[in-house]
Amino acid sequence: MSEAAPSPVAEVAGLTLRYGKVTALDDVTLAIPSGRMVGLIGPDGVGKSSLLSLLAGARIIQEGEVRVLGGNLREVGHRRRVCPRIAYMPQGLGKNLYPTLSVEENLDFFGSLFGHDATERDRCITELLAATGMLPFRNRPAAKLSGGMKQKLGLCCALIHDPDLLILDEPTTGVDPLSRRQFWDLIQRIRGDRPGMSVITATAYMEEAGRFDWLVAMNTGRVLATGGPAQLLEETGASNLDEAFIALLPEAKRGEQVAVAIPPRTGDGEIAIEAEHLTMRFGDFTAVDDVSFRIPRGEIFGFLGSNGCGKTTTMKMLTGLLAPTEGRARLFGQEVDARDMAVRRRVGFMTQAFSLYSELTVRQNLELHARLFAMEEKKIPDRIEEMLARFDLKDVVDSLPGALPLGIRQRLSLAVAMIHDPEILILDEPTSGVDPVARDGFWRSLGELSRKDGVTIFVSTHFMNEAEWCDRISLMHAGKVLVSDTAAAIIASRDCDTLEDAFVRYLEDAIGEVEPPSDPVAVPDSPAAASSEAPVPDGFSLRRLLSYSRLEALQLRRDPIRLTMALVGSLMLMIVVGLGINMDVENLTFAVLDRDQTTTSRDFIQDIAGSRYFTERPPLSGYDDMDARMRSGDLSLAIEIPSGFAADVARGREVEIGAWFDGANPTRANTVQGYVQGMHASWIMRKTSEVYGAAALAGNFELVTRFRYNPDIRSIVAMVPAIIPMLLLMIPAILTTLSVAREKELGSIINFYVTPVTRSEFLLGKQLPYIGLALLNFLLMMGMAIVFFGVPFTGSFIGFALAALVYVTATTALGFLVSVFISSQVAALFATAMLTMIPAVQFSGLIDPVSSLQGFGRVIGEIYPTSWFVTAARGAFSKAFGFSELVQPMFAMALAVPVILGLAVAFLKKQER
Amino acid sequence: MNPKNVLNLGIKELRGLLRDPIMLVLIIYAFSLSIYTSASSSPEALANAAISIVDEDQSHLSSRIVSAFYPPWFVQPGMITTTEMDDRMDAGMDTFALDIPPDFERDVLAGKMPAIQLNVDATRMGQAFTGSGYIQQIVTGEVSEYVAKYRAETSLPVELALRARYNPSLDPGWFGAITSVIESITMLSLILTGAALIREKEHGTVEHLLVMPVTAGEIMLSKIWSMGGVVLCGSAFALVVVVQGLLEVPIHGSVPLFLAGSVLMLFAMTALGIFMATIAGTMPQFALLTMLVIFPLQVLSGAMTPRESMPEIIQMIMLAAPNTHFIILSQAILFRGAGFETVWPQLLALLIIGMVLFWLALQRFRKFLG
Repeated sequence: MSEAAPSPVAEVAGLTLRYGKVTALDDVTLAIPSGRMVGLIGPDGVGKSSLLSLLAGARIIQEGEVRVLGGNLREVGHRRRVCPRIAYMPQGLGKNLYPTLSVEENLDFFGSLFGHDATERDRCITELLAATGMLPFRNRPAAKLSGGMKQKLGLCCALIHDPDLLILDEPTTGVDPLSRRQFWDLIQRIRGDRPGMSVITATAYMEEAGRFDWLVAMNTGRVLATGGPAQLLEETGASNLDEAFIALLPEAKRGEQVAVAIPPRTGDGEIAIEAEHLTMRFGDFTAVDDVSFRIPRGEIFGFLGSNGCGKTTTMKMLTGLLAPTEGRARLFGQEVDARDMAVRRRVGFMTQAFSLYSELTVRQNLELHARLFAMEEKKIPDRIEEMLARFDLKDVVDSLPGALPLGIRQRLSLAVAMIHDPEILILDEPTSGVDPVARDGFWRSLGELSRKDGVTIFVSTHFMNEAEWCDRISLMHAGKVLVSDTAAAIIASRDCDTLEDAFVRYLEDAIGEVEPPSDPVAVPDSPAAASSEAPVPDGFSLRRLLSYSRLEALQLRRDPIRLTMALVGSLMLMIVVGLGINMDVENLTFAVLDRDQTTTSRDFIQDIAGSRYFTERPPLSGYDDMDARMRSGDLSLAIEIPSGFAADVARGREVEIGAWFDGANPTRANTVQGYVQGMHASWIMRKTSEVYGAAALAGNFELVTRFRYNPDIRSIVAMVPAIIPMLLLMIPAILTTLSVAREKELGSIINFYVTPVTRSEFLLGKQLPYIGLALLNFLLMMGMAIVFFGVPFTGSFIGFALAALVYVTATTALGFLVSVFISSQVAALFATAMLTMIPAVQFSGLIDPVSSLQGFGRVIGEIYPTSWFVTAARGAFSKAFGFSELVQPMFAMALAVPVILGLAVAFLKKQER
Repeated sequence: MNPKNVLNLGIKELRGLLRDPIMLVLIIYAFSLSIYTSASSSPEALANAAISIVDEDQSHLSSRIVSAFYPPWFVQPGMITTTEMDDRMDAGMDTFALDIPPDFERDVLAGKMPAIQLNVDATRMGQAFTGSGYIQQIVTGEVSEYVAKYRAETSLPVELALRARYNPSLDPGWFGAITSVIESITMLSLILTGAALIREKEHGTVEHLLVMPVTAGEIMLSKIWSMGGVVLCGSAFALVVVVQGLLEVPIHGSVPLFLAGSVLMLFAMTALGIFMATIAGTMPQFALLTMLVIFPLQVLSGAMTPRESMPEIIQMIMLAAPNTHFIILSQAILFRGAGFETVWPQLLALLIIGMVLFWLALQRFRKFLG
């Protein structure tokens, strides 16, 4: 295995990568031997992930050259050829998996992207699952798998196409020791079977790195050293890789070269933390099962276990965040009660993720916490100074935490947790991702707190060397404590050399499984093995397209809020608009101040009161009454008829009727004005003919107004053909934009970057389910319009439905076009709503015909699909358009589809920036 | 309940908001530019209406009528033939088509009462109604003026003195400005509080808070006062500087009374924001939910069209929404100068709705945390 390989599997030269001002990789030149197990080591944020994503072809190369598997990755053709031979598993537990899909559905999706047919896939999946011991979980959603299982599933997904180069980015971070060991055994077995396969992996665990063939030590975007583990140890003269790594760092960064030494604890104090048969169930899932322990004052008590084994839940019960289903937790002999604020003041808590306010400065964070713990205001400044000095934060006091390196942030978290001088400190994985130097410093602080200040410390960790610094350790698995003792006693109890070995034994006993199935791993038999040399299926593949359609449909089905939006969103909005935006003004209230009280005056009032537009209210008693009632909105119209009105009318003397109407809402006021004027005019006509005889009425001409298409002028009839195009634009476009933005935000877009799926397959595949949904929505809305709202439909239904199909194809494509430029879901949502709706409302002939627009608006109006669909909708609903009249709008919209989709495909990036 | 915790946590929220440029831009935009544009761009009743004319008379009178239609109320009318008329209207190119029959002038002068036909595309509701009224007036005016020298008219001298109160010139910008202030208040109170809670959840800081000596109620109240306060200041600014100052819209009632009403409205809406955030869980889902909730709230509350013309059942349901009461209250105070004696029922309703929503949100919030 140590033979020099003929040619490197990957070479980089002068590789530099910047994210804005941050330089992630700084002029890296490196040749990675093939057929080896290569490890990238170094703390978080030194450029490991960036380098791996570049090697996988997932990221655009900014400067420098990257050659992988014998070709330049800058060349699109080469990328397309090699991507089926590379498998890439990005960092983060299950980052490239689809959480709502089951284990099998995930694998099936990846298999179909690489061109396997259904029976091959099924066989392949079964074999892979059997080899990794995951068969029993075949139907479990990926989100509900433990960390170790997620990583195994990720590996299965990567192996399904039988790659020549396997790139794994921190595959074992956050995974328990046993799963970690199983994971590497699995990789070894696969390699044993396919010796030609190269593996490049990043890890934060130096213990693991010792098993690799060849290592690359990285720091701040540069390569510190390369070589086999033994070689690195020899060169630095260190006894382990942790020390070797520190020795490789430039002098300035090494910090104090003092090994962490925590003096032994003296004397048994009172019991600070006590758990008695703690049990926590969520539904039928038992997260914590009968856990008991007692921790005396001043002890450092370590908690080990995989992600999801119940560590965090136990800690939450200890702090009163969760009430245990059974059992009791006591702090200082007092039962933990979430409502008891006094106990909380004696405890400091540091949660798993960095959980300080990134929008507050270091000092503001400390101040806020001091105040929340109700410290005396005048003592706060001194205490903050003390904390700043103790945790070495003076230089960064006015910085925002987000700008600080992880190690300093952890110290800040500790300072915040200590601000109120608690007697117990509960720390949930405080050092995940922190580099070894900062970790040592952190533990020195913990040692000091415990031994000097007598603080009881309860800490969880994944690191074995940290576990050894604890006074006692508990190992947790699946909600149970397996063992709880000093490190030495645990090692001795299982006759092992190291703590890790001892833990693995305990875990194996707990699971009741000695060694995973020893049959050779499934991969070699996979049908893709043969195809690894075969040419990549080039060009368009319907199967890949449909696999994205299926994926999208499955995901949508399992997201209740998006599904609601997709299915009934438009229906709901249609009801709201149909019922709410009603321009028919009816039942306007009015009252009269009748100072005449004659038949003539009552005749005038009767004309108004008798119409369907107005409802009469009790008469007015005077101007004050009128003011008060109009002010409260009780009256829309007030009429005053002067005294002597009847007599004046009879004699043909000039007389004036007063009318006041509420102008607050001008639209409504205009209508009121129109109605009153009209009624007044017709009353005069009638009176005139009574007074002067019918001949006096003869006018000049007659204007015959025909309200076409909607003779009763019902606003719903006008509204529905306008609202359907709006809703079929906005909602489908938002959903398609979200479908791409979600992938970008959650990280699964990486699958599009590194698999052979093409841009058009990706977009069209995603589009299909949304077109289907939009059509379903269309039918529902039509039903609603015709049955519920009673809008007459006079044209050709088939023609209109076809037009709708073309239209939603265009609107869903429009969503993709927006999504190409946007990476966050929230921005996608608002941008799509704005960008698609503004042209639709303003320039699509909803209010003014496109023909009356000028300039830019006219151009938009002529090409925007909504204009054409509005014409089609009005025509089909009200103007009796047959199929032939609908052909023109259909054709115009059909022209837009390839243009929009083409633009979206052209702008879509097949690699990350 | 410790008021000092509520105060300190609220200050933290405000500091967080100060560091969120997108939200700040949204707040500033919503209370300045958005109001200004929606008030100054409110269209007049009729603008650029598309009209075509079939002139079969080709007389002096008919050309007078044709030349009476001009921008900005109408587009320059297109002269078309009878056969084109229906096609153009079917294709949605014209809203109005006026057909002047042959021998129109002669028949008018002879007192034969000839008929002019006006075709209106009634699928363009808003324009159809007001536009046909305008056209009637214009044509009548032209014809009367033309024939005035030949005949005198007889009519009863009964005048109607119509006066619009509160907005004498019926300037749609006034209404647009106030409606826009109300919309901004609704939207921001919901989004700011909901987003503040979701941000904490996504950053894991909510859990962190809960291990400290603060209660769920304190956390919720701190978000309500801080985000509500921001919106309140914004609306006061919008009302005094933008609406009264820049747009010169006269406000008849008491601004303090309106702001007091806003406080109750904000209490209810921020509680609703928290409630929705606990349902959504993530930012994108919250944004989707917001769209589904805000739209009906605004459309059905009477802000756009009068409540009276909605079906009874909708009117009843919407009584449960804070917007409905807030809109009644703000229109009464700001337009009609109503005082406390008029709007107390709305204030009371807002208070009750706010307390119910707060209680519901607190229940959900506790569950959300556990």
